[in-house]
Amino acid sequence: MKNISPLNRILVLIASVLMISAYFIPLWQISLWAPQYPEGLNMKIWIDKLSGDVDIINGVNHYIGMKHIGVEMFPEFTYLIYVFGFIIGFGILTAIIGKRWAVYTFFSMIVLLGIGVLVDMYLWGYDYGHHLDPTAAIKVPGMAYQPPLIGYKELLNFLAYSGPDTGGWILGVSGLLAGVAAILEWRKK
Amino acid sequence: MKTRLWLLVGAALTMAFTYGCKPKGAQSALSGDAASKVYVPPGQHDEFYNIISGGFNGQMSVVGLPSGRVFKILPVFSVHPENGYGFSEESKPMLNTSHGFVPWDDLHHIAISTTNAEHDARWAFGNANNTPRIARVDLTSFKTMEIIEIPNSGGNHSSPFITENTEYVVAGTRFSVPTGDNKDVSIDSYKENFKGTISFISVDKDHGNMDIAFQLEAPPFNFDLARAGKKKSHGWFFFSTYNTEMAHTLLEVNASQKDKDFIMAVNWKKAEEYIKAGKGKKVGGKYAHNIWDESTHTATSTIKEGVLSLDPRELKDIVYFIPCPKSPHGTDTDPTGEYIIGSGKLAAIIPVFSFTKMLAAIESQDFEGNIDGMPVLRYESVLHGEVEKPGLGPLHTEFDGKGFAYTSMFVSSEVVKWNIETLQVVDRVPTYYSVGHLMIPGGPTGNPHGKYMVAYNKITKDRYLPTGPELAHSAQLYDISGEKMQLLLDFPTIGEPHYAEAFPATLIKDKQVKFYKLEENNHPRALKGIANARVEREGNKVHVYMTTIRSNFRPDNIEGVRVGDEVFFHVTNLEQDWDVPHGFAVKGANTAELLVMPGETSTLKWVPDRVGVFPFYCTDFCSALHQEMQGYIRVSPAGSNTALKYSTGEAE
Repeated sequence: MKNISPLNRILVLIASVLMISAYFIPLWQISLWAPQYPEGLNMKIWIDKLSGDVDIINGVNHYIGMKHIGVEMFPEFTYLIYVFGFIIGFGILTAIIGKRWAVYTFFSMIVLLGIGVLVDMYLWGYDYGHHLDPTAAIKVPGMAYQPPLIGYKELLNFLAYSGPDTGGWILGVSGLLAGVAAILEWRKK
Repeated sequence: MKTRLWLLVGAALTMAFTYGCKPKGAQSALSGDAASKVYVPPGQHDEFYNIISGGFNGQMSVVGLPSGRVFKILPVFSVHPENGYGFSEESKPMLNTSHGFVPWDDLHHIAISTTNAEHDARWAFGNANNTPRIARVDLTSFKTMEIIEIPNSGGNHSSPFITENTEYVVAGTRFSVPTGDNKDVSIDSYKENFKGTISFISVDKDHGNMDIAFQLEAPPFNFDLARAGKKKSHGWFFFSTYNTEMAHTLLEVNASQKDKDFIMAVNWKKAEEYIKAGKGKKVGGKYAHNIWDESTHTATSTIKEGVLSLDPRELKDIVYFIPCPKSPHGTDTDPTGEYIIGSGKLAAIIPVFSFTKMLAAIESQDFEGNIDGMPVLRYESVLHGEVEKPGLGPLHTEFDGKGFAYTSMFVSSEVVKWNIETLQVVDRVPTYYSVGHLMIPGGPTGNPHGKYMVAYNKITKDRYLPTGPELAHSAQLYDISGEKMQLLLDFPTIGEPHYAEAFPATLIKDKQVKFYKLEENNHPRALKGIANARVEREGNKVHVYMTTIRSNFRPDNIEGVRVGDEVFFHVTNLEQDWDVPHGFAVKGANTAELLVMPGETSTLKWVPDRVGVFPFYCTDFCSALHQEMQGYIRVSPAGSNTALKYSTGEAE
């Protein structure tokens, strides 16, 4: 296998190092606005925890019978730290050994991670939005309310937004850098 | 016939003329675009908080300026059934006194805490006139945190004025009273047996906690409003006095005989030295000291005995008397601390005294006499000058920080603006009607915000839509930023306002307590979650440990209570968000309701008097399902053996 260019080594290294930020800043955010909450309610999703107005959101959601959001609801929190760790480690290794196959693998892993997380979130949202407590005070039409995966969605008096937080955007940049490296290598072939 | 016709024409003309000569009302007093100056657009905030005494309602009201909108009625010395103040088990001790539980008082004056003679707006102090007390309100929670009773006092009117770093808040007695061991004396022996006490209450600079540092034993005058010196006169306090005739009957006449009464100047730094030197004598006096604890959400009341007393007849250099015409109601010190203004309510002039001249007169012992050994300074030696023909019935003076003073004139119903240096009257505006106190934001401090002035009036008459014999008291807001005072707004107030203070909203609006953290709730009967909601019997006392969260009570069905029991509902509001209080009311309660703030625990005692099933419910429209937030308590006959049972909200 071919060795990669010094520039691509640096790109891969930067991409790996940037991903370390995932341990220190939130990856995703969900926000809600309503006439009663002009300041908005905000929930942050981290690599291993939730923060923000989770209790208040739970208090509001119980009217339509949504499950109580809590850390225990997400087994992902227990292994995501290792997944990230593995990818970061692999990225750094790639920068050291400088092999082309490693760049492709590194990039694929980030893409797969992104897709995996989105699919996982969609499935969670589907489950969360489709298993409403039938005894809840307010019956949502069709007994289903799936939160938005990305973007805005309205429900009753709430406008919900879901999108990447700082950590998510940085992860995107890592993916982009790894992608550039991979494409540059691919074109050299 | 012709004569009669002419007479008729004459009468008609006279009537028309007379009508035309009727004084013009306030409508004509309004000029320029007043409305836009007091208009605070929806969603925006007022520039100033105005904390207004409620007078005979025993409360304070919180108003925004320039809009005049009322934000809160803040209970201090009076029970407040709407939130349970004075009714909940936790808050009852706040209103305890040496006379027992006193559910009402008369709150006249406000003092907002200062540092370096500028508002820091940490606390608002208020006085109880009737059963002498001082209260401290926290301005991050707008809650009464502490009340201290003043012994050896009767009518705590000369209160609660503060020194420039809030070292002390003072309490001068209006009524002199017999003190000491024998209080059963003839009223005719007033001059021998009655004493006027001035209490200096220290304020802890970090926590605000009050303590009676010492009392001055003053002659049996009536003490009226007071002001601390500031900046150059820091260390002194000035009390207006009347009834220096020392009359004890028909004061209207007998206390109005002398042309001059006094402003009593107190060198409190000197008094402090005497206290440090151990010159204070312990004298009797029982008083209650009540403190609210924000962590246990509970007040405690301690009855204390005895205070340190200083006798200025023996201890020299504490007290000096400045003659002041006539029956002064107020005394005020200007922002520089140099000028001391007396407002003799029966005087034809306003005397302005000079602090520098006062010190010089003391230095050179320029005295015209003494009262029991306490020097009386010579009027002319201390006088800076007199404001001539200011108006009738001067009461109080505030300052704009631009060299002008504003004095309220009760009798001529106006506010008069005058130059402190030149003593010239420069402007006057009518008030509607008979202004008592007036207020400029920061007015009593070293740094007034000379933009607005408010007149708080004693007579209302035709100002608003009439409401039967009892009317709201009126207030007027004036723009004083220009040369001429301009009437902007007329607004009704709560209770009967006396003094008020205002300060920039930015000082406190971002420091407000929004809710209490549940994990920091140390109430012994608090619940941290729904899991422990329960009912326990201890003899004939039944304790209900109850939680509230939108939109349910746990437990919500209670059985096993018997006639003869005392039921204590310990309600913890589990909400952890701003503006989500829950209320609690139960049928037949002889107390009131509870309004429980998020994270707080509050207890309502309920003594069922009959057999039956009694509903309870949430009184604060908390959510869409507020009407569902309810429960039942079953009361069985005395001696029955209905089992103690409660449900904790399982879906049916």
